[in-house]
Amino acid sequence: MGEHHGPAKGISRWFLTTNHKDIGALYLWFSFAMFLLGGSFAMIIRAELFQPGLQLVEPEFFNQMTTMHGLVMVFGAIMPAFVGLANYMIPMMIGAPDMALPRMNNWSFWILPPAFTILAGTLFMEGGGPNFGWTFYAPLSTTYAPPSVTFFIFGVHIMGLSSIMGAINIIATIVNMRAPGMTYMKMPLFVWTWLITAFLLVAVMPVLAGAVTMMLMDIHFGTSFFSAAGGGDPVLFQHIFWFFGHPEVYIIILPAFGVVSHIIPAFSRKPLFGYDSMVYATASIAFLSFIVWAHHMYTVGMPVAGELFFMYATTLIAVPTAAKVFNWITTMFRGSLSFETPMLFAIGFVVLFTIGGFTGLMLSIAPADFQYHDTYFVVAHFHYTMVAGAIFAMSASVYYWIHKWTGRRYNESMGKAHFWISFLGFNLTFFPQHFVGLAGMPRRIPDYALQFADFNMMSSIGAFIYGASQLLFLYNVIATIRSGKKDDTAKTWDGAEGLEWEVPSPAPYHTFSVPPQVK
Amino acid sequence: MKTQEKNILFTTAKLAVVAVAMFAFVFVVMVPLYNVLCDVLGINGRTGDRYEATEIVIDTDRQVEVQFVANFNEEMPWGFKPSVTMVKVNPGASNETVFLAHNPMPKDMVAQAIPSISPARAAEYFHKTECFCFNEQPLTAGESAELPLVYIVDRDLPKDIKTITLSYTLFDITERVQRTDS
Amino acid sequence: MCFKAKQLCKLVLYPAIVLLSIFGGSAWAEEAQRWQVNMTPGVTEIGHKIFDLHMLVFWICVITGIGVFAYLIYSIVAFRKSQGAESAHFHENTTVEILWTVIPFLILIAIAVPSTKTLLEIYDTDDADLDILVTGYQWKWKYEYLDANGENVSFFSNLSTAQGEIYNAEDKGQHYLLEVDEPVVVPVGKKIRFLVTANDVLHSWWVPAIAVKRDAVPGFINESWTRIEEPGIYRGQCAELCGRNHGYMPIVVHAVEQEEYDAWLAERKAKAAQIKELMSKNFTLDEQMEAGKAIYMSACVACHGVNGEGGVGKPIAGSPIATGEITGLINILVNGKPGSAMPAFGNQFNDVDLAAVITFARNGFGNNMGDVVQPIDVYNFKQGQ
Repeated sequence: MGEHHGPAKGISRWFLTTNHKDIGALYLWFSFAMFLLGGSFAMIIRAELFQPGLQLVEPEFFNQMTTMHGLVMVFGAIMPAFVGLANYMIPMMIGAPDMALPRMNNWSFWILPPAFTILAGTLFMEGGGPNFGWTFYAPLSTTYAPPSVTFFIFGVHIMGLSSIMGAINIIATIVNMRAPGMTYMKMPLFVWTWLITAFLLVAVMPVLAGAVTMMLMDIHFGTSFFSAAGGGDPVLFQHIFWFFGHPEVYIIILPAFGVVSHIIPAFSRKPLFGYDSMVYATASIAFLSFIVWAHHMYTVGMPVAGELFFMYATTLIAVPTAAKVFNWITTMFRGSLSFETPMLFAIGFVVLFTIGGFTGLMLSIAPADFQYHDTYFVVAHFHYTMVAGAIFAMSASVYYWIHKWTGRRYNESMGKAHFWISFLGFNLTFFPQHFVGLAGMPRRIPDYALQFADFNMMSSIGAFIYGASQLLFLYNVIATIRSGKKDDTAKTWDGAEGLEWEVPSPAPYHTFSVPPQVK
Repeated sequence: MKTQEKNILFTTAKLAVVAVAMFAFVFVVMVPLYNVLCDVLGINGRTGDRYEATEIVIDTDRQVEVQFVANFNEEMPWGFKPSVTMVKVNPGASNETVFLAHNPMPKDMVAQAIPSISPARAAEYFHKTECFCFNEQPLTAGESAELPLVYIVDRDLPKDIKTITLSYTLFDITERVQRTDS
Repeated sequence: MCFKAKQLCKLVLYPAIVLLSIFGGSAWAEEAQRWQVNMTPGVTEIGHKIFDLHMLVFWICVITGIGVFAYLIYSIVAFRKSQGAESAHFHENTTVEILWTVIPFLILIAIAVPSTKTLLEIYDTDDADLDILVTGYQWKWKYEYLDANGENVSFFSNLSTAQGEIYNAEDKGQHYLLEVDEPVVVPVGKKIRFLVTANDVLHSWWVPAIAVKRDAVPGFINESWTRIEEPGIYRGQCAELCGRNHGYMPIVVHAVEQEEYDAWLAERKAKAAQIKELMSKNFTLDEQMEAGKAIYMSACVACHGVNGEGGVGKPIAGSPIATGEITGLINILVNGKPGSAMPAFGNQFNDVDLAAVITFARNGFGNNMGDVVQPIDVYNFKQGQ
């Protein structure tokens, strides 16, 4: 350890750092900030939808809010949060001293804040920010877009570049820097799910870049990729977008699967059931994600053969996903369970994600989707998978590893309070949305018919509760860092397994300078 | 340690190539492939290019109804409508019709008609030997024109398709044409 | 916020009651009800099939869910460390793993069969009795009834909910946001084919009760069909984000008996012929003032006042717009004023009516400009935009 130095002093430490723990922390804090920003947009949406009629915002601004909420949450909060977790944890989990490309790691983080500053800045531009939904379908996002769309495209490009660099770094690390003896089938599942996620990222983020480049060319250089007038086709945009978009939703959820596969065994004090099948299930989900994209477009007027193909392929996803859920529960079966905050979030994840999976199966049935498509039923479905999936898993990870990061213990009752309030608020927000969706309420509308009023009011109340519970999360994190009980135990949880638990808490600035031997 | 650095660089280079290739894939594979699939499968009811009839054999046993529909994009101010809205034709026969167009504006304009066929799976059986949609259509201020369409419904049209709707959407491309000219 | 205790009580009680009676097959054909929690089976055969399919998958999910969650809850309760549970150490079992891969797969096949059947029926648009071209505009729908003789009937259908209701100045009516000035009228028992397209951006034409949802794509036509079994009024909304007023372009379908439909269509055709005739007529100031006043008193008075004194809208009496350039006044009536409560009337009224009400605005309430606006002036203005 002698030749290593501790962190540099002062602010330049954070700008110039190439240390994976520093960069991981930067990612995590950045994503938290974006989570609160995207959350405040959601609060505006739910406040407007509290009652029928227009009370707070005009429809134009409402559309900007729904768009920015989606973009910020997907690209600013969830993705960087898991990249941050990967940066922090993967080198420690595989016994590597750092990421494979530390310099690039620094760049891939530091181009993110400018990208999102530009994106958020569009809200203050003439004509307002992006108002065409996070899926930015042409021609609403091209011919009919506000002038700020050029900045939006620029922002997406930078953010995509950051993701690609991050993903390359993660793959290069996992492939080349595992400790001696750590074969692929001995890697922790978080590492496995991230390896697969990173391949998805490298494959589809360039497709997103291609889509926005075409938009840029249509808007400024007179091409007609997406305009029928010049021989193009607006539906082509949707195909390209969802060719990126469907793998993207697995990019969001796979690392969450990984985290849960660590936490459930730890608190069940029993090894993960079906490790091999977990790996194969993850890989097959990733593969399937490339051939199901058009299930987002059942109503667009595809040939019936196409509809059938995408319907069959989509229902198949239920098989590996179900296997995962059974594996998690069987891990708990005949274990010795305790219910600290990370475990509560992990169980909450399994329950709610399963519900999201069920509605996903319903949505995959093309004829029924003619009634579900673009309603609140879809909104409820993807929030059950994204919020209760990705965000719950993320919260679980923070409580699971925060002692390893800070050397301090969080307050267990405060953590549990965070979980229960989140769980209540989340379900109150999104469960009624299944009902209004089935009853016929379209998504992305600032105002609605009277018969939807009661469930919407419940939904808004739930959203405010859920929103408030995240402030409690912020408080818990800060309180732990500043005044949590100091404790230098290496192994925070008695049932936890893995190399990260063999280094002291907090983990030193440099870990595994000498690779450990894995049996 | 040296080999590990080499390996990392090698992995990185490979992945960078994949990323660049995927970016290129969108432009050089997805877009042309989509267009080919559209023409072959009739996605969106897009029709193919000019058709060269090899031999004319008329199926006199059945008749198919062909409907014509005119649509406008945005504020396209032209008058534009089919001279006949519905007609019964024999598969295999060459048929002719015209669309009536009128430019009421005090300025010269250029339009492009975009065809679309419904049901979409009929698109590959609907052949146009002559169509005003193959070209841009300029009309001077106040001018009227009869725009011709010559078409053949393929004899292989599936028997269960009894009605084919051909829609033309008229786009104002005056500005686009001026931009490329200047 | 007037949030009464009674309301709160309802908020808690109603769902409890409803949840007990959920998912029966009760018929809520016409439109969504308060506390409705399920999809409508609707009034068409396809709608019923979709509903049955939805319920089939739903119950499969419920039963699977009960199994999965029972297993989870049992594991949570039975193997608590606090109760002294000791953990076993097994971590794989090939038989079980194969079983829970194969069983879901078989269930999926069972679902795929009816889904495929229904989908093929939805796609069978042939042999329609009636073809209606539906065009989505920002932010209204246009309907065109295709006619064998080229006498297509076409009209626009706009939201008819008052701005005052939306901005909470007035009480909201029963069909708030789900009402239009011109519903699309169709006969019952006939196969109706909808050809769906768009004028500008993507829209999606959706009426839950008749189980039709089709995206409207500018430049291309899509098709769908329905056969409505019961007369009634069926309401729906645009289902694809299309810009600012996406939430304000509803769809209302009036399904009526064939005779009633025939009469309606004949009347439509007669009216179209009449307007065509009036277009070329020159009206006198008195004629226009009389006709214009009648329209003003029904369509404008709510916002602009009985004496043109203004209210939600600006005053008409002495208004610089009403007494300024004629084209300025025509413009604001035809296109509305974006960002204000003034809607675009260009497609809500025909040119004859617009000319009358514009003449009234220029000459009524002491404005006395003395000029007469003719239908052809409005027509020319619209053409010249």
